[in-house]
Amino acid sequence: MTYRVGRGQVLRALDGVSLAVRPGEVLGLVGESGCGKSTLGRCLLRLVQPSGGRVVFDGTDITMLPERRLRPLRQDMQMVFQDSYAALNPRRRVGDLVAEPLRVHPAPSGGRRSRGEIAARLAELMDLVGLPQTALERYPHEFSGGQRQRINIARALALSPRLVVADEPVAALDVSIQAQIVNLFMDLRDRLGLTYVFVAHDLAVVRQISTRVAVMYLGAIVELGEADAVLHHPAHPYTAALIAAVPEPVVRTQGLPPPLRGDVPSPIAPPPGCRFHTRCPVVRERCRVDPPLLRALPDGRDVACHYPLVEERAGP
Amino acid sequence: MTAQTVTGASSSSSAPRPAGPWRRAGRRLARDRAAMVALAVLLAVTAACLMAPFYARDVAHTDPFTSNVAGAVMIDGRSVDIMQPNDNPLHLGLSPIGPTWRASADLLGADSQGRDLAARLLYGGRTSLLISFCAAALCIVLAAVVGIVAGYVGGIVDAVLSRIMDIMWAVPVYLFAISLSIVTVSQGLKLGPITIGSDNLLIPICIIALVYVPYAARPVRGRVMSLRRAEFVTAARALGVPGYRIVLRDILPNVTGTLVVLAPLMMALAMMAESALSFLSIGVQAPGASWGTIIQDGEGLIYTRPMVAIAPGLAIVIVVLALNVLGDGMRDALDVRDSGRERG
Repeated sequence: MTYRVGRGQVLRALDGVSLAVRPGEVLGLVGESGCGKSTLGRCLLRLVQPSGGRVVFDGTDITMLPERRLRPLRQDMQMVFQDSYAALNPRRRVGDLVAEPLRVHPAPSGGRRSRGEIAARLAELMDLVGLPQTALERYPHEFSGGQRQRINIARALALSPRLVVADEPVAALDVSIQAQIVNLFMDLRDRLGLTYVFVAHDLAVVRQISTRVAVMYLGAIVELGEADAVLHHPAHPYTAALIAAVPEPVVRTQGLPPPLRGDVPSPIAPPPGCRFHTRCPVVRERCRVDPPLLRALPDGRDVACHYPLVEERAGP
Repeated sequence: MTAQTVTGASSSSSAPRPAGPWRRAGRRLARDRAAMVALAVLLAVTAACLMAPFYARDVAHTDPFTSNVAGAVMIDGRSVDIMQPNDNPLHLGLSPIGPTWRASADLLGADSQGRDLAARLLYGGRTSLLISFCAAALCIVLAAVVGIVAGYVGGIVDAVLSRIMDIMWAVPVYLFAISLSIVTVSQGLKLGPITIGSDNLLIPICIIALVYVPYAARPVRGRVMSLRRAEFVTAARALGVPGYRIVLRDILPNVTGTLVVLAPLMMALAMMAESALSFLSIGVQAPGASWGTIIQDGEGLIYTRPMVAIAPGLAIVIVVLALNVLGDGMRDALDVRDSGRERG
C-alpha cells in the first residue's frame, strides 16, 4: 500500500504484509500510531485500494473486483470504526442508520426486505447490543460514546457478517466503558461465531480479546503468533518494548529491555536493513544492512528478526 | 425539505419522538426576533403584491398598464387632471400628479404615462418577487447539482466543472448578465423546437440563476468534499451502500443546511440583479412592470416627482434587507458551520 506524498516521494503505509485470518479467530493488530494497522484493516475491506498485492476473502480475490461485484460480498465483511460519532450520519435517526444495510442488500430469499422484516430485525439487534428499543427513534448525538459504539456494532451486525474488522473500537472510550464494549465483542463472537480483526494500540485490550496477535512496526508485521506466546514471551525486541511500555501498577524489574529511545523513522524514507534497527536495544551489525524476513519459529509463530529474544531450538 | 422517514419499530407511542434537526432549527429561528420581523415584512410585502389586482380594480379603479395621460382623478370631490402644468420656473411641459395620499386616487402619484404608481408598484413587486424567487430556486438547484457532482466525483470531473465556474467567476456578474440579456432581449431564445419570446420572464430568471451558480456551487462543493471524507460515508461504503444512495441519503441531507441558508441571500442578490437588468431595459419588458423598470420610469422625473424612483427603490431596499436578516437568522439557527457535533 503506497501513497504518493508529492515531489515524487512515496509513502509506503504497508510494505510486504502477509497474513491470513482464520475463521473463528480474533486477530489482534497492534503497533504504535501510524504503523499502518488501520490502513491494513481498511485494505482488507477494500475501503482503500491497495497499490499492490492481493486481498482474498473466502477464496475470492477481491483486490481488483469492481465495487458493483464487491457489494454482495460486503454483507459478509463489516467494519466498526474508532470514532463512534463520525461513523454515524448526524442527520439520520438510529433506526434509519441501522436499517440501511438491510435496505440496500436483498434478503437471503432474494428480493427486498419488507418493512416488517426490517422492524423485527432492528428490534432483535437492539436486544443483541443491549440498547433499549426507544433508541431507534433517537439521533446519534443523544447517546454517550459507549452507546454510540453499540449502535455501530448493531449496524455492522445487521446482515450477520462472518468477518468484522474493528478499527480501534474502544480507543476513544472511557476505560470503564471500554471493558463493557470489549465484553460485548467477546459475547457476540461466542453467540454468533464471528471472526474479528481487532485493531488496537492498547495491549491490555488486545490481550483480553485476541486469540492471535500481529505486531506491526512502520508498515510491516514484525511478529505474528498465538496471543499468549507473543504477549508473554515476545520474540521481537519491538514487541518486548511495547509490552514494557504498558504502565503496570506493580513494578516489574527483571528481564526487561530498556525503554525505546527516539522517534519512529519517517515511512517516506524507512531505514535500510531492519526497519527497527534505529531504535532496537539489541541491534547488531547485520541488522543495519540485511532486512530480516518474516520466518517461522519452532513454537509456531512468525517473527521478522535476525536475533529473536526466544531461544531457537532446532528439532523437537 | 422533508424529514427522513424511519421504518423503525415506531409502534412505541409511549416515548415522544425526539425532534429532528430541522424542527430544532425551526424553534431556534422562531426565537430570533430580528429574523421573525424580517419574515413578517417579507410575508406582508408578498401578500400586498399578490393583492395588486384587487387594489387596482377595486380601490384605485385604474389600469396600471395603459397610458392615462388625459385622465383625471377625483380628490375631495374635485376633478384633478393627472398631467399638470409643470411647476418648474419655466412652466414648460407637463408633470404627472404627485402623491395624493388617498388610496382611491393616485396614492403615490402617477408616472410619466399617467399610470397609478401605487398599483404599478404592487404589480412590479409581483414580477420582482417572482423572478428573484424563481431565479434563486433555480440557481440553488443548479448549484447543488454542480457542487455535489464536482465535490463527490472529484478528479477530472471536478477539475473541469471548477474551471468552468472560475471562468464564469472571472467575468463580473452584472457584465455577464447584461451580455446574455442583450442577446436574448433582441432575438429571444431558441432552443431547438422551443422558442422563448424576449418578453418571457423565464429569460431573466434563467440568466440571473445562471450567473450566480458559481457563487452558490462553491460552498456546496467544499462541504461535499469534506463530507466525502467523513467517516460515515466510509461506513456507508463498507456497508455496501451504492454511490447514488450515499449521495442522496448521506451527502444531500448534510448540504441542505448550506443550501437553505444560501436561499434568502441568493434571492436578495437575484432581486438586485433583476432590478439592474430591468433598469437597463434588458430585463422585464414593457408593458410589464418590475421595481427595476419603475425606477427607470422615475429617472426622468427625478427632480419633479422623485417618488416614482424612490418608492420602488425603497421597496427593493426593504425586501433585500429583510432577506439578508432572515438569511443570517437561518444560518445561526441551522448552525451550518458545525452542523456536525452537538456534544453537550
